[in-house]
Amino acid sequence: MSDLGFDPTLKKKKKAKKPEEAGSASPAPEAVDELFASLKKKKKAKKPEDGTEKAGSPDLEDLSASLGDLALKKKKKKVAKSSDAVDFEQQLEEAGLEDTGSASATPTGESTESLQSTGMTYEDLLSRFFDILKTNNPELAGDRSGPKFRIPPPVCQREGSKKTLFANVQDIATVLQRNPEHLIQFLFAELGTSGSIDGEKRLVLKGKFQPKQMESVLRRYIIEYVTCKTCKSMNTELKRESANRLHFLSCRACGSTRSVSSIKTGFQAQIGRRKRA
Amino acid sequence: MSTIQNLNAFDPFADTGDSEAQPTNYIHIRIQQRNGRKTLTTVQGVPNEYDLKKILKVLKKDFACNGNIVKDEELGEVIQLQGDQRVKVSEFLTTQLQLPKKNIKIHGF
Repeated sequence: MSDLGFDPTLKKKKKAKKPEEAGSASPAPEAVDELFASLKKKKKAKKPEDGTEKAGSPDLEDLSASLGDLALKKKKKKVAKSSDAVDFEQQLEEAGLEDTGSASATPTGESTESLQSTGMTYEDLLSRFFDILKTNNPELAGDRSGPKFRIPPPVCQREGSKKTLFANVQDIATVLQRNPEHLIQFLFAELGTSGSIDGEKRLVLKGKFQPKQMESVLRRYIIEYVTCKTCKSMNTELKRESANRLHFLSCRACGSTRSVSSIKTGFQAQIGRRKRA
Repeated sequence: MSTIQNLNAFDPFADTGDSEAQPTNYIHIRIQQRNGRKTLTTVQGVPNEYDLKKILKVLKKDFACNGNIVKDEELGEVIQLQGDQRVKVSEFLTTQLQLPKKNIKIHGF
């Protein structure tokens, strides 16, 4: 994954470059003229870039590279033609080179600016950039774990007047990649009840519980036993070390491991009829 | 531009502030359902230096509920209160007794 390391730097430089350019352009004496000149040029330079973007969309790195090349070529031609913008352009480039230290950063910064001048707003560009990034390498575009984890909302039905049917424990456990028994054990401990699993693998809890209440308990379970504390990923695995009988949570995304506390029911008050001595 | 400012602001090896990573003496506040819409709150693991009897007396008066102390073989003495008093109890423990909030765990829905 060479582009994994490469792309973010490009992005950063692009962002960082812009204000710097604006700053260097404004103090110049014939700033307005020069700005217009550069705008015209960039409009001309825009068309071929668009073509390459469409054609080269599968590979992001290629895209930016080719973009950079094109922009460079165009600029050099234009520089030869219009003499009064030469100085300004050179200054710009020099400044860019000094500051960023890499030649590739300058043209990419230019190209975005040129696109902007032809009618695309920053928001459009940003969304397009993220669209392309998402299609090509989604792990860079914010989704750390591929498809986003969606936990189905807990389905609670009343069974009789004293029991609650928790219909989709199995689904939730599979989404969380946890053993259903572990989840059920946690639910029992946390809700201070007992229960059983019926024929269709649904959970029957003693007591009345609303879906909202179950949700908050599930949320606590996820924080405690599913999410990785270091990278916040939900793509984790719960392993039981047979040597020391401890549960360990290992993250599949970042590889970190941490121990989790075992489920303890704690004190259970005596409810209902007392035991006969 | 020339220096990345994010990097020098944060020292990853500095002390994070929480000295003991996992306090073992948690105070657990739990809720149990009784018949109907009645509930029971249990407070387990209050440190020994506090007089549970006096705490209970104040709690009962403050929350206008009944309660008692149950002695458990493993878990020591546990306060039982009628009704859902979890939030109120944790507030009491933090404000009146100055117990750190991270030592208190509220269970239940």
